[in-house]
Amino acid sequence: MLLRLIPQETNVNFLGMRKIAAVFSILLIIGSIALFAVNSLNYGIDFEGGIEVEFGYEDRSVDISAIRAVVEPLGMGDVSVKSIDDGNSALIRIERQPGGDQAQSDATLRVREAFEAAMPDIVFRQGNIIGPVVSGELKRDGIIAVTVAVFLVLIYIWFRFEWQFGLGAVIALLHDVLLTVGFFAITRLDFNLSIIAALLTIVGYSLNDTVVVYDRVRENIRKYRKMAMQDVLNLSLNQTLSRTVMTSVTTLLALFALFFLGGDVIQGFTAAMIWGVVVGTYSSIFVASPLLMFFKIRRESMILDDDDKDPTVDKSRPGPFSQV
Amino acid sequence: MLNFPRWKVIMIALVCLFGITTALPNFLPENTRNNLPDFLPDQTLSLGLDLRGGVNLLFAAQTDDVVRARLNNIADQIRDLSREEGRRRDIPREQRATFTGVKIVGETVQATLRNPDLTERGRELLLPLSQSTVGGINPVLGGGVQEVTLDREGPTFTLALTDQGIEIQKRDAISRAMEVIRKRVDPDGTKEITLQPQGSDRIILEVPGASDPDEIIRLVGRTAKLSFHDVITGLSQDDIANGRLRPRQKVMPTRDGTSIVISERVIVSGEDLTDAKPSYDQGGQPVVSFTFNLAGAKRFGSHTANNVGRPFAIVLDDLVISYPTINSPILGGSGIITGVGDLAEVNELSTLLKAGALPVDLTVLSRRTIGPGVGADNIESGSMAAVVGFVAVILYMIASYGRFGLAANVALITNLVLITGVLSLFQATLTLPGIAGVVLTIGMAVDANVLIFERIREEQRAGAKPFQAMERGYGQALSTILDANITTFIAAAVLYFLGTGPVQGFAVTLAIGILTSMFTAVVLTRYILSSWLKRARWAKLPV
Repeated sequence: MLLRLIPQETNVNFLGMRKIAAVFSILLIIGSIALFAVNSLNYGIDFEGGIEVEFGYEDRSVDISAIRAVVEPLGMGDVSVKSIDDGNSALIRIERQPGGDQAQSDATLRVREAFEAAMPDIVFRQGNIIGPVVSGELKRDGIIAVTVAVFLVLIYIWFRFEWQFGLGAVIALLHDVLLTVGFFAITRLDFNLSIIAALLTIVGYSLNDTVVVYDRVRENIRKYRKMAMQDVLNLSLNQTLSRTVMTSVTTLLALFALFFLGGDVIQGFTAAMIWGVVVGTYSSIFVASPLLMFFKIRRESMILDDDDKDPTVDKSRPGPFSQV
Repeated sequence: MLNFPRWKVIMIALVCLFGITTALPNFLPENTRNNLPDFLPDQTLSLGLDLRGGVNLLFAAQTDDVVRARLNNIADQIRDLSREEGRRRDIPREQRATFTGVKIVGETVQATLRNPDLTERGRELLLPLSQSTVGGINPVLGGGVQEVTLDREGPTFTLALTDQGIEIQKRDAISRAMEVIRKRVDPDGTKEITLQPQGSDRIILEVPGASDPDEIIRLVGRTAKLSFHDVITGLSQDDIANGRLRPRQKVMPTRDGTSIVISERVIVSGEDLTDAKPSYDQGGQPVVSFTFNLAGAKRFGSHTANNVGRPFAIVLDDLVISYPTINSPILGGSGIITGVGDLAEVNELSTLLKAGALPVDLTVLSRRTIGPGVGADNIESGSMAAVVGFVAVILYMIASYGRFGLAANVALITNLVLITGVLSLFQATLTLPGIAGVVLTIGMAVDANVLIFERIREEQRAGAKPFQAMERGYGQALSTILDANITTFIAAAVLYFLGTGPVQGFAVTLAIGILTSMFTAVVLTRYILSSWLKRARWAKLPV
């Protein structure tokens, strides 16, 4: 017996819920923007610049307050200490020291010497110094990367479908990206360079989901020429529902494995991805599809589109294989 | 569609074989790998710093200095031309096209004729300067890129550097700087360092296994400008202290804290060295022994021949490290530098001299140090996550699609082998975010199979026969799979071209994963399932 998370034939009236979904989404988006405006993000060293040092033991936990007691007397301004790696390591963030690169390097050296004196058996695990020029550029490049990706995707879908589909997909994308930013504003997870990669993968994933649904919508518009738009959309969503759930579950399986076993470095990354998969699945059903109704697709233009070349139009035509 | 012609089957087998041979070296012990026959690839995955530990440094090169130096050089040439013209005896003074007010304005050099009527002669003089090209010989167009343009307004000529010329000069300086850095940091070529340019004026240096960024920065940052000068003797301490010197003479500090006066004229410089290595003098003191090239040997030989009994100064980065007296002419083109310091300093200076001087100044923008323990931890947690995620997906696919799930799993494993193979072959760097990209590909690669299998189920429910259901399932899912994969690929490509460091590592594996999964999830599963179907002749597909 095969495992089925979704019954074979479903008949959920997704479009009937579109008003509630719209209110829900708009509230979430406003909430995300407000949170971002008030709280900002917990930018990592990549975007903020400064000094970051990690000390730890191989097999036992570090005493965070003892670590603090070593660093704070050094008088280096804003210092934060955080326990990572199941408590076996301490990550120390120090604000950028006045002076050039040499000043940062000297500060790192002083921290290392202080630890060598106070805790001789603690191991220096890693250290980063990011200058202000680089951190500013990384932030800018991240924003450019996301914008360019969204724009290219808009063009691709416009080219493959109709402008309404392109716009619908991009609004769904922005919805997902904004909610993810809100997610980072509320969870205070480190927003670093790899989160930009996660954001772009969310863009890719959400798009993947939306394109699968849109593909089916286009096919059904051509197939059921008399059917009301709402019914076409509902039919398409129900037909793809089992695939949508299946793919979300497999991707989530892989992501949860990364989240629990992948270590601290990619935990923020996978958290963002898990959130993105959930939000992306939601948005392809409740945002991208209702938007097609809102934008009023001209069905004629789609049906007249090279019907003959499209194998999905006439299903009664025998395939070359039926003779076998 | 389900019939596979022989050539297609051979193609599939070849792709799989390619994956296995390129991925194989990763699973062999090192001595077996070294004994592989030559036609087999032997590269293993190249691990990023976050997986093996080391130092990552980002430098900014002051490439504007290169432009400034070039402008100064042009200005000097104009002054020389003007001086030469002024000395001409064959034409009356007022017919000599001499220039005044030679100055650098922005990225141009301006020069004004003393006699505004001589524009023709002036142009004739300056034209050769604008005919210099850079960028070597272009295989299509023949010449290089024009570097300097010449314009005139009234009596004033303007020589401007072209944007292309500036660009090539900067790029050239960056690549020379990278070469110098490589020779300084890794003189024996054994450390597997990576050097890559970023943008027009950045250099990324990665040294695996290193733990002290300061040491590397010191080695890279030293200018190491060496020159040999004549020493001016017979001046009183009073003259030196009050700076009463002739033009082109200057006071230089020495290592022992005193000062001497040297001539600014360079007899030979570090650029004329062909070799430098550490050795010992008769007294057992560590010294740097060096060899000049032909031109350097000739100049040094004639200077020493004419100045026996007089001292000369060896100047390194504005410090006189020694000023020995010439006992006899040094004609062999080689010699030693004493007074450098202990053996470590001698070693360092030899390396630096051999590598040559940096063409541009470098400043450090960011430095990252990853201890070896962190790298090992990251490998462990990354591969653990990959294995667990992989097993979970495999079990779930079998539970959901039975035998069809099995075919999808074969495709998934092949996909992993192919990704490993391609990464090893192209020596793309595998980083921790890269592993995340692979895990994500596992999750997303099955999406293609999910789409196909769901479609087959649907067709079967609608009453299609097994062969028909299979064919339509694959046929109709294909356009969706293509659309979905192309959009994700667009995102990966943007990440690769606009991203840096960890983002790029992620993009590379994601993009490779998308490409290989298109083959395994669509072509390979179709082949497996259709041969299965032909043999089993199911009345209803077990999906």
